[in-house]
Amino acid sequence: MAEHREPNYMGVWFWLLVLTIAEIVVAILPLTTLAKGILLVGMALSKASLVALYFMHLKFERVTLGVIALTPLLICAFLVFMLLPDLGAVEHRTSVQAPQVEQHR
Amino acid sequence: MSETATARLEPFESPLTPESWGKLGMWIFLVGDAMTFGTLLAAYGAVRFASADWPHPADVLGINMTAFMTFLLICSSVTMVKGLSAARHDDLAGFRRFIGLTILGGAIFLGLQAYEWTHLIHSGLTLSGNPWGASLFGTTFFIITGFHGMHVLGGVGYLLCILALGWNGKFNGHNYHPVEIAGLYWHFVDLVWIMVFTFVYLL
Repeated sequence: MAEHREPNYMGVWFWLLVLTIAEIVVAILPLTTLAKGILLVGMALSKASLVALYFMHLKFERVTLGVIALTPLLICAFLVFMLLPDLGAVEHRTSVQAPQVEQHR
Repeated sequence: MSETATARLEPFESPLTPESWGKLGMWIFLVGDAMTFGTLLAAYGAVRFASADWPHPADVLGINMTAFMTFLLICSSVTMVKGLSAARHDDLAGFRRFIGLTILGGAIFLGLQAYEWTHLIHSGLTLSGNPWGASLFGTTFFIITGFHGMHVLGGVGYLLCILALGWNGKFNGHNYHPVEIAGLYWHFVDLVWIMVFTFVYLL
């Protein structure tokens, strides 16, 4: 961490709390799956960015370190897009059952 | 002459994190770890998308307690930065208090997770099947939350070591990087939970 003024940690905490409550509200609201997905993923990424930028001090580090930190996100997005055509080819959604073992309840 | 040669071989500063090599090491570890979690979550998405009878997570898992667990981890991240700040300002009492609170937050999180798992296992959710639908629901749930839980457990142990090392004032305004590096790990565990909470519990 280069020398810098300390960010307002309680402010970051407050926004993380607000976003968490907003996420739960969205999860309960009767929205379409797509709308829910976009809102929830958007809010989760905002929360993750707040943690990375302020708690992990990425905002005050060199840009290159930020680029390195972002690579996993890009690679995972790439992985999802690589998986999509395969999933789109599933004609009938099937329930994948693992071999059932005797259940002891 | 020989001093110059040594300086050339062992640069005093790393280009990315001039103040500490350890920090760069931790960042590289976290990037790799993030890819592991990313792969697990992407696989979860793929399996869920291809399944016709995936249970609605909120009905099975319940989100009240998990929301509290999220709140707990967010608070423990704040106490972690406060602990680092105390170390940087030579405030030994503050360092002990805040790092102690961070460890406590992690330990309560683990306790709640153990309680949640026990409850779910008793109601029939196992690695190989469950009464609500797709059997992979339980498999992915236990693998993802379990992998994260092991990270929390590791973090609690890591922070206990940092607390023990710094109990008598080893960390101060001139030597606080070990605390900062432990903090990076702890915040990463919080960050991953934010994702797990969204994808596994809310969506």
